[in-house]
Amino acid sequence: MRKYVPKDNVQGKSYYTDRYWVAPRVPRMEVEADSHFADVLKALGKLSKESYVEIGQLVVHIDATTNVEVMTVLKETCGYTQCSEQSAVDYLAKDGEFELFYQLLNITEAKRVRVVCRIKKGEAIESITSLYHSANFAEREMFDMFGIKVNNHPFLKRILMPDDWEGHPLLKTYPMIGDEFASWYEVDKIFGKEYRDVIGPENRDPARIDRYDTKRFSRVGYEVPFDADISDGEKEQAIEYSETLLVDYTTSSKTLDERR
Amino acid sequence: MAQHQVNYASAAGLPIALTSVDKLVNWGRSNSLWPLTYGLACCAIEMMASGGARYDFDRMGTIFRASPRQADVMILAGTLSKKHAEFARRLYDQMTEPKWVISMGSCANTGGMFNTYATVQGVDRIIPVDIYLPGCAPRPETLQYALMMLQKKIRRESANMNNNTKQNLRLV
Repeated sequence: MRKYVPKDNVQGKSYYTDRYWVAPRVPRMEVEADSHFADVLKALGKLSKESYVEIGQLVVHIDATTNVEVMTVLKETCGYTQCSEQSAVDYLAKDGEFELFYQLLNITEAKRVRVVCRIKKGEAIESITSLYHSANFAEREMFDMFGIKVNNHPFLKRILMPDDWEGHPLLKTYPMIGDEFASWYEVDKIFGKEYRDVIGPENRDPARIDRYDTKRFSRVGYEVPFDADISDGEKEQAIEYSETLLVDYTTSSKTLDERR
Repeated sequence: MAQHQVNYASAAGLPIALTSVDKLVNWGRSNSLWPLTYGLACCAIEMMASGGARYDFDRMGTIFRASPRQADVMILAGTLSKKHAEFARRLYDQMTEPKWVISMGSCANTGGMFNTYATVQGVDRIIPVDIYLPGCAPRPETLQYALMMLQKKIRRESANMNNNTKQNLRLV
């Protein structure tokens, strides 16, 4: 028999995990000698701490303090003229660190390089906006979503969330449906905090049926006036059916087929 | 002639004329509902299709207006994010009375599938809604039906909007 697993809140979380599931790993290959990537690593020299090829992409781990230096080498010497994406991954629970990555593209060679570095919580990173203008918005988004400060950024300001927002939503510790600040944000902003009681908390379950809500729901078998208060129990009334439905077939002479 | 006895002294002496004015005013209001050109997400595509030649809202006297000052219906077509909520409310406040609101689609009704920190869980949290329109996204026919239901609703209510208590969220 299959082991019983409690199925409370099955919609909220996945309770079934395959015992034989092994998360697939992308194979990491050595950098081949005399290839383009070998030249890149040669140009980087000691700046590269660790390097391998993953799905045709060179991944270079660097020290976070040398990121501008590395980008300068990659752009000026190796021809990586585009920074297509830059962001971070939250590994705070596992290692207490953020993993920052820069996706670079060399158009003439049709090659991509990912530069990866790690910073601790509260540490800042140097901006690469002076080299790649595309990093401007990416670094702002990283600041918005993770709270990672970027030094020497021309305009470090939240990009997606409102300026007066509290919290950084892409952190693993941030709840998916938002904290208290998030759940009251629009009410506080438009009406003021004193209107929280008037408007009430968010209904996160659209399928919820409130039996005492006579405004939005009608009661089956009970005739309740619109918007009447029935919180202390409603008056029970007998269900009245239309007389055409009250044909007694047990005493009727008709057989089942004839009825149809 | 009226067969029943009419008390001309009650209600400022104008019991019959007032109901007629109601009918006339509501006839005018319901047959020239001008919605605000205001799209939030993919529902706005359906809203635009409704305004276009194929579904042709114009035949119902419904023309989209680009200014809230000229509009009297607000169609909230799409996902309302929390960042945008104050601007939606401001546009609603800028519309002149009388005004009505249609909440179009699942996202506007309840937040829909966006059960997240950044989405308003139903626009009725910030704006009083007259018609909730289900669908993801609703077809133009559905929006057209909603508009006809709104017309029906307007024809039922008193022309004097001060007597209407529907806007319970309005700030004094």
